[in-house]
Order: sequence, then C-alpha cells, then structure tokens
Amino acid sequence: MIRFNQVSKRYPGGYAALKNVSFEIDAGEMIFLTGHSGAGKSTLLKLIAAIERPNGGNVLINGQNISKIKAGAVPYLRRNIGLIFQDHKLLFDRNLFDNVMLPLQIAGFDHRESSKRVRAALDKVGLLKREKSIPISLSGGEQQRLCIARAIVNRPSILLADEPTGNLDSDSANAIMDIFKSFHQVGATLLISTHDESLLREYKGRSLTLKQGELQP
Amino acid sequence: MKSWLMHHLYVMQLTFQRLRTSPVSSMLNVLVIGVALSLPTGGYVLLQNVQSLSDKLVGTPQISVFLSMNTSQDDIARISKQLLQHNAVAQIEFVPREQALLQLQNSTGLSDVTGGLTQNPLPHAFIISPKIKDAQSMEALKDELKSWPKFEHVQLDSAWARKLEALLKFGRLAVLILAVLLSFALVAITFNTIRLQILTRREEIEVSKLIGASNSFIRRPFLYFGLVQGLLGGGSAWLIITVSLTLLNISLTELTHLYASSFSLQHLSAGDSLTLLLFSAYLGWLGALLSVSQHLWQIDSR
Repeated sequence: MIRFNQVSKRYPGGYAALKNVSFEIDAGEMIFLTGHSGAGKSTLLKLIAAIERPNGGNVLINGQNISKIKAGAVPYLRRNIGLIFQDHKLLFDRNLFDNVMLPLQIAGFDHRESSKRVRAALDKVGLLKREKSIPISLSGGEQQRLCIARAIVNRPSILLADEPTGNLDSDSANAIMDIFKSFHQVGATLLISTHDESLLREYKGRSLTLKQGELQP
Repeated sequence: MKSWLMHHLYVMQLTFQRLRTSPVSSMLNVLVIGVALSLPTGGYVLLQNVQSLSDKLVGTPQISVFLSMNTSQDDIARISKQLLQHNAVAQIEFVPREQALLQLQNSTGLSDVTGGLTQNPLPHAFIISPKIKDAQSMEALKDELKSWPKFEHVQLDSAWARKLEALLKFGRLAVLILAVLLSFALVAITFNTIRLQILTRREEIEVSKLIGASNSFIRRPFLYFGLVQGLLGGGSAWLIITVSLTLLNISLTELTHLYASSFSLQHLSAGDSLTLLLFSAYLGWLGALLSVSQHLWQIDSR
C-alpha cells in the first residue's frame, strides 16, 4: 500500500529531515510512527500526501510513484488520503456540518448523499448533536475529533494522523485512539505519528521509529 | 454531470451571498465600474446619434451654384443651356430666388425673421447633379464652374458632410482610447477586489488544497464573483446611460419645440446593450482570473 525506497528529504538551507528511509506498509495495517520532535515524522507524512517532494528515492502508493506525480494529479491522490493535523486546520467561519462537508463538495458529491455521509461521520466521532455549532466552541479534544470526521467522511483508504493526541489529556487521547481502532477494524490503513510512548504500550501495533531522520531497526 | 451543474449553481449562490455580506463595498465597486463604463458608452451613443443625423441630411452629392444678383432672365436661359451641354453634368434644377425664399420660410420656422425683410436677399440658384460623383471629379467641376461669368458662389453640398465625417472619425478614436483605458481600470478594480477576497480566505484555500481541491475548484468562486460584479457594473452603466438620455431628451423636446422640429436622442440598440453587458462581464472575469492565478501561484510556491 505504502512503500518508501531509499527516500531522502533535504529542506532548503541543507537541513536533512530524512536520510535513506525504506519501509513498506500493507493495506489494512495500523502503524505508529514514533520519535522525538524533529526526527522527521511530519516530513514523512507530508511526503505520502505529496505536500513535500523527496530529493532522492521513491514514494509509492498503490504502486503509483508519488515522487514524480504531476501537480494536476495531486488533488486526486489527496482525495484518497484522510489527513489529520495536530493543529486541526478547521475553518472557523462555518459550523461543524459545513466543515465536514468540504471534502465532499470538493469531490463533487450530490447534496443529499453527502448530507447523509456528513452526519454519519459526525456520529462516529460523537459530535452529531453539535452539527450547528461553530468549531471555536469546541474543546481541544472535540476539535481533533471534528478534524477526524472531516478526514474520514470521504471514506479514504489511507488515514494519516500527525500527532493527533499531542496536546490532549489522557481521556481525550484514549477516545481518539478508540476511533482509530474502529477504522482499523473496518480495513483502513492508518499511519499515526506520536511522541507519546504510552500509546504504544496500550495498542500493540507495529511501529516505525525515526531518529534524526533515520529509521531505527 | 448533474453534480457538476449542482456545484455551479452552488457557487453562483455563494457569489451572491458574498456580495450580500458586504453590501456597501459591493455596491460601490459595481457603481465605480458602471461610471467607468458609462463614459465611453455615452460618447459612443452621442456619436451614433450625430452619425444618423448626418446620414439623414446628406442625400445625393450635388453642387449648388448661386448666381450674382444682377443676373437677367436671358442670362439664366443661356447658362442653363450651357450647363446641360457640359459633359460632366447629368441633371440641373433651377431654383428661382422667390422659390428659395418660400422654402426658407416653410422649412426652418424662420418666417418671423423673413417676414420682416423688405426685399428678397436670396439669389437665383442652380442645383447640379454631376455624372461622376466621386470627390475628385466633383472638386474639378466645381473649380471649372467657379470661373464662369455671373457665377457668384459655387458650393459642394457634400463638403460639410465630409468635414463632419472627419470630425466623427476623430470622436470615434477618442472614445476608443477612453474605452481601452477604462477597460484596464475595470480589470484593475476586479483584480484588487479578488485579491482582498483571496487574502481573507487564504486559510480556506490552503485547507481545501490539503484535502484534495483542484486549482479550478478553488478558482471557480472567484471567477464567478468577477463575472457577476462585471455584469452588474455593465448593467449599472446601461442604467446610467438610459437615465441620462431620458433626461436629455426631455429638455431636448422643449428645445426642438421652439424650432418647430422634432429630434430626440436614440438609445443603445439591443445588440449594443448586449455587447456592453457581455464585455463588462468578460472584463470582470478576466480581472478575477489574473488575480486568482497570480495569488494561487504565490500560495502554491510557499
């Protein structure tokens, strides 16, 4: 499903975020990506979503080489990937319902079908009763759950989460991990970056560890 | 296909929503565009009117010959015979001075003035239709006739029309320059409006791109906005012209009444009105396209 072949990424200025990283993730796996901040976790996720391009090596998703993908094809790649951001990236000028609606509008779904999907996604993260609220009235954990609802409403086959529990207390973090687990059970491929080792102990999935841009054995 | 249509309808709705959220600035923008467009359009309307007036007044090209006041009836008979024998002359018409005075009294409503005259100041005249009607040979004929005895004054009737035509040409050029300049202004206005919108929606654009929006999806609402704003601007220009012409025609009616004639300014034709609307919509769209391309590229290259 996701394959890295000798991938390197250097940012302008010479900082090497990833050095010769190779790994493979099968469809339906739930993988944790761990390491200290600055180890290259976010960069690795950005390469999968084609937000950044590698300087060397290949990134393959479903056999498609992302390192050489044309700019015009990037939107279609991203519609198949659910992105969950540490800073949520919600739009505060519209209510919860419209926030989750956005990916479906972009993909061009018809209104009735997408309304159903939006409500189902909000229900899954426990925010259906507040669909008319605006995101600013939500707590940090709720905002993260809203971000998840937006990522899954399009039913992507891959979910990428960058520090989804970063600033949350353990109760909220557990609630979010439970949501991820339920996606794993229905067959989605998940890649979750975290610096929180305690999550790993509780959910015994495979994990990749980065240290200063290199994958630890 | 259906969802595509639905999406365009949705974007249309969004555009009017955005116009409504800031009604004052939207209205001012539309008005600025309207005023900018109404200047060249108004000039065009006036030129059209002068043109149609001159077309009405200029019939077939003729040469008028005014004889000196001491011409006798014998002279007239001799001259008319000579004229008819001249190989450049197709037809002549003799206008006796009494008839000319009568015509003057009837046609221009100056009977008050002419009634006060103690004697007829008008000379006898011939109106000559030449065989060849281009400007050069008519000029040559005129020059030849000038030297004939008893010919006081020879005049090309189309001369003033040619002068007017040259003046109209000048006017049309001036209107064209004005139109081009103000078109640039219109594009610049839309460019700036859209720039501000993009800046305030930068977050939305960035998030949309992250979750799979294509450039055309992001561009679309802004293009619609430019198009609609341009169209409304064109509509307001049309209204400005219509109201101005109506007001001008009201006072013109009073004026022409005094001269016992009727003349009113013609409005833009349906075709010209449509062209105005389409052109302004196109310029709005163009301004939006330039702006959105420029700024999306900036967001992309970050």
